[in-house]
Amino acid sequence: MSGYVTALIAIVTREALRFVHQRERFVAALVRPLVWLLVFAAGFRAALGLSIIPPYQTYITYETYIVPGLCGMILLFNGMQSSLSLIYDREMGAMKLLLTSPLPRWWLLMCKLLGATAISILQVYAFLAIAAAFGIVMPAMGYVAVLPALVVAGLMLGSLGLLLSSFIKQLENFAGVMNFVIFPMFFLSSALYPLWKMAESSELLHDICAVNPFTHAVELIRFALYLQLNGAALGWTVLAAGLFTTGALWGYSPEGTGIRRKS
Amino acid sequence: MNGIRVAGLTYRYGAKTALDDVSFSVAQGEFCALLGPNGAGKSTLFNLLTRLFVAPGGQIEIAAHDLNTAPRAALAKLGIVFQQPTLDLDLTVRQNLTYFAALHGLSGHDRAWRIDAVLDRLDITDRAKEKARTLNGGHRRRTEIARALLHDPAVLLLDEPTVGLDAAARAAITDHVHGLASDGATVLWATHLADEVRPDDCLVVLHQAKVLAHGLARDVSVDRPLQQAFLDLTAEPA
Repeated sequence: MSGYVTALIAIVTREALRFVHQRERFVAALVRPLVWLLVFAAGFRAALGLSIIPPYQTYITYETYIVPGLCGMILLFNGMQSSLSLIYDREMGAMKLLLTSPLPRWWLLMCKLLGATAISILQVYAFLAIAAAFGIVMPAMGYVAVLPALVVAGLMLGSLGLLLSSFIKQLENFAGVMNFVIFPMFFLSSALYPLWKMAESSELLHDICAVNPFTHAVELIRFALYLQLNGAALGWTVLAAGLFTTGALWGYSPEGTGIRRKS
Repeated sequence: MNGIRVAGLTYRYGAKTALDDVSFSVAQGEFCALLGPNGAGKSTLFNLLTRLFVAPGGQIEIAAHDLNTAPRAALAKLGIVFQQPTLDLDLTVRQNLTYFAALHGLSGHDRAWRIDAVLDRLDITDRAKEKARTLNGGHRRRTEIARALLHDPAVLLLDEPTVGLDAAARAAITDHVHGLASDGATVLWATHLADEVRPDDCLVVLHQAKVLAHGLARDVSVDRPLQQAFLDLTAEPA
């Protein structure tokens, strides 16, 4: 068993080192949600009236509403970023090193996923701290309760990145991921507006949002921040994580396509 | 005992046959050169030997472990130097070795001791604290060979390890790996350069997905220089 833990520590450490080496990535990962929070939300507040919906028990400002969505955004971007780094690893050969280790491949990929998720969560907490400094504060215990929700949501979005990386042939195709995965997932979700608001303009859009796993990840985080468990959101997020992980493990198996693209 | 045994291996990329019924074996402690022009199927064979892909037909054994039925035992016996450089350039030589050792489940004093031993063996102890990015091509390759030796593998696979190196570095690395075989490791060395093969080496000539010759290099070349024998063999329609 200790061999497994040794590999886990090494892979997570390498992810962390890589992150430390790219400080601009950390800044970019924080600036993006902060711009949304401090600029977009401020302008949008006037245009959008929010009624009281669970888990909120009082009227809330729009800034408060979008904090969980922006936490989700950090996890989503990081999931895709780690997908990008996996494709890079594959083109550079580092992936071969990982896949020819005698430890089982599923474990090595899980280590990658766990490492990337841990780093995402650090960034979410940095974001929550800055938001709090600007007066957008959650219940104190909510910051603790949100941790498991962030782990589940982070693993789900990380496994989506892993799955995509096994099917994307080249680094150049990554721009397509931005257009066809990140933006639709983010905008067609409850991150920026509640679903009932969406239903007012289009039932179809509402239905798409309702099946988007990112919506459920955001709702899971939103409820956890207010010390509530959204069972349905948890169920859907876990289910999506399971499906994405299974697909990714198949994609990276020797029989799959993930590694065969090259050469 | 055979270090490597390949039997009836066939692999296709769509309609293109990359390997066609390839069979050969390399005895324990033997240096075997896998000689073939570009596109002969060497890299595909390496990808199958390292289980990056699996072939629909045929069998591979590494140190008597079947790669399909006991992949983890087989991979544990395998040291690999890929054609493509696989060092993390932002990490030091020692960090690169530590990362790899951990992927093989090695930790603690044992790991540190093994790293010191392979650094010494490849004569790069004084480079241990340098970032891989600052090393020249020859030292990067040595680091990769040192890394491949960390877990004391019975079988070493090297895929065109001298590509891009100058003559001196090429000779030094070729000598060194021949030395490893004399110490008991089974070596499979893929190359398209006949001058890296010695008369007493085992030789497999691969061309257009098939094994054209398999035997001692001196027997394959007969009374011609090996380079000439290789050109003659691969010039004939396969």
